[in-house]
Amino acid sequence: MAEPIEKVSIVISHGSLEGVYPGLIMANGARMEGIEATIFFTFFGLDGIIDKRMDNLSVATVGNSAMRMPGGLKMPTLLGAIPGMSRFATYMMKKEMDKIDIPPIREFIEMISDTGAEIYACKATVDMFHLSKDDFCPQMDEIITVGDFYEKSAGAKIIFT
Amino acid sequence: MATKEYAGKSIETTDDGYLINASDWNADIANEIAKEEEIVELNDRHMIVVNFMREVFEKTGDGPSIRKLTKESGVPTKELYQLFPKGPAKKAARIAGIPKPKGCI
Repeated sequence: MAEPIEKVSIVISHGSLEGVYPGLIMANGARMEGIEATIFFTFFGLDGIIDKRMDNLSVATVGNSAMRMPGGLKMPTLLGAIPGMSRFATYMMKKEMDKIDIPPIREFIEMISDTGAEIYACKATVDMFHLSKDDFCPQMDEIITVGDFYEKSAGAKIIFT
Repeated sequence: MATKEYAGKSIETTDDGYLINASDWNADIANEIAKEEEIVELNDRHMIVVNFMREVFEKTGDGPSIRKLTKESGVPTKELYQLFPKGPAKKAARIAGIPKPKGCI
């Protein structure tokens, strides 16, 4: 039988709602299975742990060719640019997620942190965006370099999202 | 499907060790399964989780999500992971004698 996975390191690099959630669900799911998990937020993914922004992430409706309208019809991509469209898609997604018990980002981050998973921010991005530790939610453990990331990921499967 | 000996009775289980019939369950069986899961002794806090899981299963036919479990049972996430290290949802479900939870959260 193949070796079971014992540790995952998940990179979250996008700051849209649909960019942040998959990594969080995978990290939480790993902990539920008894797998160690580390999340590394980089580039716009940092918005998922920036205190003032994490409650306001939204669905990207522009350039998303898989976007559907309520009812299942494909949404012409041009419509995604109409003002209010992203807000509407975000509202819909949050509503559906709540139904299946997926928590809002902040609560999810708190929950994942409480499971013992480690949460890191990418130093290069923090420097690029002129951020500091104070800009992050308290669950962010440390700002680390990519080198530190690989060190902390020793023995882990790295998953880039 | 498999059969296992728990608390002096022969009990039907799935191949990965979950009871087939939640009604076969009792506290002695819970303790024996807990030992298999490397939990030396079930204490009051374990039992709050186990009983809550059985309650939800009886009502809905599935175990609760971790979110529901922590919000409604009064056992916070941190403690839940201390009580059931290496995977609370699955372990607690097995000890509670209910099927492996189907949810992702």
